[in-house]
Formats: sequence, structure tokens, C-alpha cells
Amino acid sequence: MTRKQKRLSVITAAAVFLAAAAGLTLYALGQKASYFYMPADLQAASLAPGQRIRLGGLVEEGSIVRGQGATVGFAVTDHQNSVKVTYTGILPDLFREDQGVITEGAFGPDGVFVADSVLAKHDENYMPKEVAEGLKEKGVWQPDEGAAKTQ
Amino acid sequence: MVEIGQFSLVLAFALSLVQSVAPALGARLSDERLMAVGRPAAIAGFAFTALAFAILLWAHVVSDFSVLNVWENSHSLKPMLYKVTGAWGSHEGSMLLWVLILTLFGMMVALFGANLPDTLKANVIAVQGWIGAAFFLFILTTSNPFTRLDPAPIEGQDLNPVLQDVGLAVHPPLLYLGYVGFSVCFSFAVAALIDGRIDAAWARWVRPWTLAAWLFLTGGITMGSYWAYYELGWGGFWFWDPVENASFMPWLAGTALLHSALVMEKRAALKIWTVLLAILTFSLSLLGTFLVRSGVLTSVHAFATDPGRGIFILCILAFFIGGSLALFAWRAGSLAPGGLFQPVSREGALVLNNLFLTTAAATVLVGTLYPLLVEAIGADKISVGAPFFNLTFGPVILPLICVVPFGPLLAWKRGDLAAVAQRLAAAFAAALVVVLSILLFVDKSAVFAALGCGLAVWLVFGALTDLWVKAGFGAQPAAIAARRLAGLPMSMFGTTAAHMGLGLTLLGIVSTVAFQQERIVTLKPGEATEVGGYTLRYEGLTPAKGANYDEQRGTFAILRADGRAAGSVMSSKRLYTTRQMPTTEAGIRTMGFSQLYVSLGDETDDGGIVVRAWWKPLVTLIWLGGLVMMAGGVLSLCDRRLRVGAPARRRVRAAQAAGEAAG
Repeated sequence: MTRKQKRLSVITAAAVFLAAAAGLTLYALGQKASYFYMPADLQAASLAPGQRIRLGGLVEEGSIVRGQGATVGFAVTDHQNSVKVTYTGILPDLFREDQGVITEGAFGPDGVFVADSVLAKHDENYMPKEVAEGLKEKGVWQPDEGAAKTQ
Repeated sequence: MVEIGQFSLVLAFALSLVQSVAPALGARLSDERLMAVGRPAAIAGFAFTALAFAILLWAHVVSDFSVLNVWENSHSLKPMLYKVTGAWGSHEGSMLLWVLILTLFGMMVALFGANLPDTLKANVIAVQGWIGAAFFLFILTTSNPFTRLDPAPIEGQDLNPVLQDVGLAVHPPLLYLGYVGFSVCFSFAVAALIDGRIDAAWARWVRPWTLAAWLFLTGGITMGSYWAYYELGWGGFWFWDPVENASFMPWLAGTALLHSALVMEKRAALKIWTVLLAILTFSLSLLGTFLVRSGVLTSVHAFATDPGRGIFILCILAFFIGGSLALFAWRAGSLAPGGLFQPVSREGALVLNNLFLTTAAATVLVGTLYPLLVEAIGADKISVGAPFFNLTFGPVILPLICVVPFGPLLAWKRGDLAAVAQRLAAAFAAALVVVLSILLFVDKSAVFAALGCGLAVWLVFGALTDLWVKAGFGAQPAAIAARRLAGLPMSMFGTTAAHMGLGLTLLGIVSTVAFQQERIVTLKPGEATEVGGYTLRYEGLTPAKGANYDEQRGTFAILRADGRAAGSVMSSKRLYTTRQMPTTEAGIRTMGFSQLYVSLGDETDDGGIVVRAWWKPLVTLIWLGGLVMMAGGVLSLCDRRLRVGAPARRRVRAAQAAGEAAG
């Protein structure tokens, strides 16, 4: 093979590989990316059964129910709508009533959101960014829950 | 005193401007005196940055709350270790550490670059100066660590408890040494493009820097992974968090650079590609700095939410990445193409390595940036997590891992695949035995796990085969082969160690993911749960007091299957009093290479407590593998070839004279 042919074959092989990787990436983005919703957005969203989403909002006051063993039930609210969530496991240290939280999982057949991970803020000044922005859009944002460190 | 720190920073900024201009101008005008300015400027720049950093350290050590940064991140009761490490636990402090390391590397180029051609050295130092100037300006205008508070508060606000750990002493400095270490490779690449001249000797100068940066980055990622594992209490070792990806992308690109520089050094091929890769690697490091420091991401690492900072770093990013790529597009054509090789050869294998590694880095990049882009154009808010990366990164990286053992055994220029396959037969047999024994004795249905473990064994034995073959075991009497083994260059041991380390990490990951056991139960004192063949008996909660926190310690007795005691493990829930912030300290007990991991949840009304316990088989191999990879890097750095170094000075002079005569 001449130098040119050799280079061409290497480039072709690389291009095929890259195309395959790009195809895979696009497919995975379509299938595996999970969308973020606030409770009020859910009515408008048409979710396929079992579709994984991230649900964010505030933990509704008085909604936390300790069930059997390590299963906990609570409601996520944005003061317009509220969604029941169950979670089995250890809740984050900063999980509290009326605090921002992001849960990830899918809706069960009974309309209860089954979360397999729960993220709360990770220090006392901080609220998950999506939740803070979502609350601002809904007009229920209280500045003292500030995302920024304001002293 | 603190003002001296401020002045030193301003002086260091001024020096970085001198360093940016004078040597580059000197190289352009062939003025030796101008070029010689680079060295003292780089040394003095480091000295002033070090002074500024020392003063920030001192302010943290003595808890000088008249400094805003100290007040925000320290507390007089905080243990001394965390007072010291707290100096870089904040955004401002960590940026100062960033430039400290940058100027350190700039100084090292100036000091140890005696055998570099003068113009190349001058340009390298100048490019380091540009980077330094940009970041000094960033610190001085948006993130000054020396801002004063008046009146000074009596007590500080304490450091985020998650950061109050030895991990903070090790993880950021190592990571930054890695990130910033690649700036030297970047500067070399840009200098070569300015010079329009590049040869095998260039690769020989760049390789030790790449190796060192890669070594530190490997250490930083390994350490960060272990830190997250034991500190966050979720029992995971890698979350595909954007900030983790930010350090992983330069690692992938840097690993590719390490391998392509090898081809360039040995065979003078892949020159243009290596230069591009050097630029891309540091660009990814800058991107990482941007992602972490700009507050566009929500993560444990993102403390800054000031948009001004984000825009500033974005400008730096655009300038350096855009500028260097434009320079590359303009000048790359002028670099002469290099040696020829057959597709089946060591070079071919290394090209394959580069193709897979850069593609892998690209999939991680897409997964990391896509959600940001989607949000930026105002569409949905989405998140891309482990399912995405498992589906894309996995299929890209697995074929590479399969062929790793072939690479070092293939000859340069033209390799014989069949002969190499024959030599690897023993390693393949070992892998097959592992796969079959897992399927037969452990779990019939765990096909993927068995294959994964087999792949790991294949990597480890394949790496050892390389040494075995090169020493001539089998072909020669054992005594002679042993003597030859001892005489092999250190870099061969480095290759073997690095590839073995990868195998060990893979083994740890596969075995943890596939065979870990998890129990989530509510226990009252005296009750027990069984996990991984051990029984954990909950002994109850006892209160305790730390320096700046109160804690509840839950103790568990560990019993073996036959009822014998095997020690105990303690997990605690802490409340840091100043910030009123609770944390969970996981209880970890190491048994051989495996670990029992216990994490406490909330107390229940009836006096019990939620407990999450894991049995993680061979989990420590994940990080031990990282350490073995680092050992490989150290061995390679010790190679005589690199130490005695770049081609003898005489030859450089000759080359230079030839270059001048030609020019």
C-alpha cells in the first residue's frame, strides 16, 4: 500500500469507529437522560409508564411518614401541586421539612413516585440550583433560602 | 501582614506580564538578553506567589478573622490540620493554590531547561507567563483571598464539615499538580507551533512533564474517589458527577498524550497529533477548572456562585483554547510529517489507544456538557448520569482494555500479531480459568461479571507476559533471563505496573458492582443483620464530643459465620455546632481487600435506627490499582533515558546551528 492508501484506510477505520461512538452517544442521550420536573409541571408532561425523571421541590411540611423498616414516605411540593414519594434507604443528612430536595426515580402504577435516590442540599446555605430556579419561576421563592452565600 | 500577601500577588501578576512578553519577543528578535529575562521573572514570580500563599496559610493558622476568607471558612476551635488545609478549602484559596503550582512549574522549566534550545525555552516560559497573567488577573479582580473585614468578627463561620477531612490535605493539591502540570505540555506545544519546528527531541522533553502531570492527576482522582466513598456515606466510588468528569477527561486525554508522545519520541511519527493532544489535554484541564469554579454546576465542589467569576474563566477558556487551536490550524501544516509504519505494529497499537481514549474522553465531554447546553438554550432541564455513561463510555473503553496486552509486545514499525497472540496464550488461559471458576463456583448467571473479572486477569497477566518475554524467559536459561530482567529499562517496569494497575482497578470495580451485598434495615440495640457472610450486631448509640462537633456513635460487633467475633465497626452521626450542619461518618472495616461499610440513618420512634450496610468484595483494589498505576509512572520517570535526559547538549547545539544555517 502506498502512504496515501494507508492513511486513507486508517482514517476510514477511525471514521467508522467515531461514527459508531457518536451514534451510540446520541441513542444514549435520547434513552438515558432524565428530565427534571417540578410537581406543577407534571400535569403538562406526558410521561411514559416507568420513565425515569428527576422530581424537585420542597419537602412538604408534615408530610414525612416513616413506614415499615427503612422506607420513608414524603411529599414534594412547589406550593401549587404536591407529589407523594416513597424512598427506601438513608435520607441525606440535610433532608428536612420545607427544604429543597431532588429525587430521582419513576412513577409507580399507583401514582406514587418511587425514588431510588434523594439529594438534598449539601450545606446550610445551598439549595439545588434547579429547585431554586423552579421556585423562582413559580413565584414562591423566598430569598432567605438563598442559593448563594449571603451574609 | 495580610496586605503583604496582597502586594506579593500584585507583584507576581506584574512579573507574569514581564514573563509573557520579554522572552517571546526575544525569541522573535533572536535577542538573547531579552530571552534571558524569562528565567529570573519565572523564579521571582514563584517566590512572590509562594509568599502570598504562605501569608494566607498563616492567616488561617492564627485564625485572623479580619480576613473575609478566613472568617467564612474557619473557626478558632477547628483542629490545626483543618486550619492549614482550610486555606485551600475555599474558592479563593484554591485558585491561589492553582497559580502557586502554575508558577512552580514555570520556575522548574526555567531551572531545569538548561538543555532546551533557547528559543523553545523562551517561548515555553512566555506561554506559561500568559496563563499565569490570566489567572492572577482573575484572582485579583474576582476572587481576592486577602479582602479585609472591618470590624473583625470574633468568631469564624467554620469550614464546610464535608471538607474537614484529611482528604482535603491531599486531593486538591494532587489534582491541581496534575491539571496544571499539563500546562507545561500545552506551553511546549504552543512554543513548538510558534517555532514551527518539532522533532523527536521535543517529545523527549515533553514526556517527563506529561508523566509527572499524569501521575499526580491519577493520584488526585484516586484519592478523590476514595474520599467521596468514605466521606459522603453513600458507599459509591464514582458517581459520574460533572465535577468528577471534569478531572477524568484530562486524565483520558493525558493518558493518550503519554502514549502518543512515546511514538513521537521513538519513531518521530504522529507529531501533529501529539501537539494537538497536548493542547486538548490542557484545554480539558481548563474546562475542568471552569466547570468547577464557575458555579454552572451544582455539586459538592462548586462553592462559587458569582456569575462574574464564571464569565471571567469562560473568557480565559475561550482565549487559550481558541487561540491555541487557531495557532494549530495556522501552523500545523508547517510541521514535517514523520516516520511510516504498518497498521499492525507498536505504533499502530498506540494509534488505536489514542483513538479509543480520545473517543472515550469525547463521550464523557458530551455527557457532561449536553445538559448545560440544553439548559442554556432554554429547553428542558435534564440530567445525564450513570446509565448514559455505562452505555457509551463502557463500549468504547472495553475493546481498548481487551487489546492492551498486545501493544507492548508488538514490534515497532511492523509487528507479528500471530506470534504475539501465541506469547499471550498463558495470560489468556489464566483469564479463561477465572471466568469459568466464577461461573461454576460463584454464580452461574453472572456472565458479565465473570467476563469482567477475566478481562482484569487478562490485563494483569498480559502485562507480566511483557516482562517475561522481554527478559527472555522460556527462550533462555532462567539464570540469564533473570539477569536480563534486572537489566531491563525502568520504563518497561513502568508500563507493566501501569497496565497491571488498570487491571487491578477493573477487578475492584467489577467485583464491587457485581458482587456487593446491601442491607437496609431498622435495628434496635442487640438486634443483628447479616451481610456478606458476616453478622453485624448493633450495640447502641453513645454520645461523644469532638473539637467542633457533637456526635452519636453507633457501634456494631462483627461476627463471622461460625459465631467467632471479628472486631467491631463504628459509624456516627455528627452535628457541627457552628453551621448546625449534620454529617454521617461511615464505619468501614477492611478485611483483606474487601470492606464492610456501615452507614447510619435516622432514629425511629421505637428506639431503633435505620442502618445501611454493604459488603464490598475487593473494593480496595479500585484505589490500590490507582496507586500501582502511579508507581508505574514513578518507575518510568526514574528511567535513565529521561533522567540523563533529552539528547546531549552537543547534539542540540548542532541541530540549532543546522536550523540557523537553514533559516
